[in-house]
Amino acid sequence: MTQSAERTAWYVECFNDFVRSLNGASSPQVLSQRKKAIDAFVELGFPTARDEEWRYTSLATLLRQDFGVASKPDVAPFTDVDAWRVPNLQSHLLVFVDGHFQPALSSGLSLPGGVDVGNLGSLLKKNGDVCDKWSVAPRGEDAFVELNTAFSRDGVHVHVGKDVCVRVPIEVLFIATSPSVAAHPRLWVRVEEGAQATLVERYVSASDGAHLTNSLAEFSVGENAHLDHYRVQNENRAAFHIANLHVREERHSVFRSTCFTLGSGLTRNHVHTHLVGEGVDSTLNGLYLVGGKQHVDNHTLIEHAQPHCQSHEFYKGILADKSTGVFRGQILVHQAAQKTDAYQANRNLLLSDRAEINTKPQLEIYADDVKCSHGATIGQLDEDAIFYLRSRGIGRAAARQVLTRAFAGEVVERIRLEPLRLQLEDHVGERLEGAVANRV
Amino acid sequence: MLNIEDLQASVGDTQILRGINLQVNAGEIHAIMGPNGSGKSTMAQVLAGREGYEVTGGSASFLGRDLLDMDPEERAREGLFLAFQYPVEIPGVNSTYFLRTGYNEMCKHRGQEELDAMDFLSLVREKLRLVEMDESFLKRSVNEGFSGGEKKRHEVLQMAVLEPRLAVLDETDSGLDIDALRVVANGVNALHSPDKAAIVVTHYQRLLEYIVPDYVHVLYNGRIVRSGGKELAIELEEKGYDWVKDEAVGATV
Repeated sequence: MTQSAERTAWYVECFNDFVRSLNGASSPQVLSQRKKAIDAFVELGFPTARDEEWRYTSLATLLRQDFGVASKPDVAPFTDVDAWRVPNLQSHLLVFVDGHFQPALSSGLSLPGGVDVGNLGSLLKKNGDVCDKWSVAPRGEDAFVELNTAFSRDGVHVHVGKDVCVRVPIEVLFIATSPSVAAHPRLWVRVEEGAQATLVERYVSASDGAHLTNSLAEFSVGENAHLDHYRVQNENRAAFHIANLHVREERHSVFRSTCFTLGSGLTRNHVHTHLVGEGVDSTLNGLYLVGGKQHVDNHTLIEHAQPHCQSHEFYKGILADKSTGVFRGQILVHQAAQKTDAYQANRNLLLSDRAEINTKPQLEIYADDVKCSHGATIGQLDEDAIFYLRSRGIGRAAARQVLTRAFAGEVVERIRLEPLRLQLEDHVGERLEGAVANRV
Repeated sequence: MLNIEDLQASVGDTQILRGINLQVNAGEIHAIMGPNGSGKSTMAQVLAGREGYEVTGGSASFLGRDLLDMDPEERAREGLFLAFQYPVEIPGVNSTYFLRTGYNEMCKHRGQEELDAMDFLSLVREKLRLVEMDESFLKRSVNEGFSGGEKKRHEVLQMAVLEPRLAVLDETDSGLDIDALRVVANGVNALHSPDKAAIVVTHYQRLLEYIVPDYVHVLYNGRIVRSGGKELAIELEEKGYDWVKDEAVGATV
């Protein structure tokens, strides 16, 4: 048996134990979804380097690990959840530890009428058929989506009713505490016609041990609705992080997502935005900042199905030490999607001779009246700019620092929540201090 | 203030400066002129300490210290300023931050108190008037999307903020229209004082109508082949560089 097949069988065993442990707590609909998902997972198997979409990301290290289902964690050490919060960010906060919802650590603010936010696990117990109703991600295509569906227990559901504006950001904080466990968090967000909301998704580790986070987020943004989304992943460097985000964007909706990858040893972010209505405005921003032996893979698919939509994609990466990265940006413009305006940029800064990035724009256009542009760059710090700064009295190390921060700043400054922006500025600054100093 | 003796420098295998001698005292303005490829810009870059230019002989002292031994940032902190021929665009670094970081480095070096953002803003506002620049420049990324004239005014703004003892202006006039040239020259003149000096590197005599030099030197083939007062510039304008070249060739034969 290959390692991949062995590991698949191992997860099936885990699944059988998991179902037994549920002991009937799962509704019949949900249980049948889980079983369908594990079957699909077995059918698909783990992706390999032969899959074009996984060519530069090896899962060999992940397949060597036994990441079991997390038992209900001991939350005593985390009564002080403030340490993990964004300073000064007033948010409606839901906290999850090793994938389990922690009502005691969460702190809700008062939300306007017509907004329903809560633990998905509780919702599924009451109302099992929401699975089908809210599902956005295609099934039977991605092994990790299936794994998530099979195992996910808790997560967050957000429903913002028609024309409701939620000014308070809804924040979801996932804390990993136990080594050798897998968490499969799930996010379901539905913003109805004319409504408006902001979602902040954050992932951290409270210990150094290896763990797996396999998240699945499914958003639907209704007609003329606005959704602002931030995702910050800062898990420990032994962690494995697989994230799938699927977004359905209806007529005249506006979706903005900004994704930060700072942590984890292996990260794979897959984003699929599906612009299903006319006049959609869709933005994907990303920053990955990695060092050591970290590997980060950003894989995006922007699918234009209708006319007069615009999409903007702006991803930047800073890679230090022996870190490696992948960016694959697919833009698919269907024949009906005339007058599409799609822009994609991926810029990378390599701070070390041993760092590596594979970047690949991929435009597939079936409409004839469209504007699509893309650009990818890979480079080092500009020596002319370093000299310019030095000639103004700024030392070499400081000059490198200023330029690297500026490079990252182009993404960080797009955060509209000031407290989150300030925290990211600090995080980025701290990370760069180490990365840049190593070179000087 | 600046004492250059027999300075020789090369880029890669090509020797460009072949023995420059120049003495600049406080209060003086020196113009360095010469045809393309004579080594004018190389001289400016070598003085500022650019990497890739190898000094192969001679010496240069600045305010009594060995200039060539200092890093570029040290030279700047000691009071040497290079106005770039091609100012560098730095996306993501706003102009105020850039100016303030440089200014505070000078303060640290001089043992003066550093300025916070508010105090610095009032200082820089005053300097903006000198170069007739709008305050909106401060919020923009350094030189990014600036026109040629804006870039050069921005150089003079930096000079006004950093208050160097010796300013080296490397072809600051190239590509400027008369209005921009006037603004740049006015700025440089306003910043000049008896304890400061300037070296104006230029290809065109036109600039020297606005910034009047005490001395004019003609650089050719890596050497100063002729020095004189401001009338030398006028002579060059009338006769071109060919007679200097001929003379120089004659001298070496």
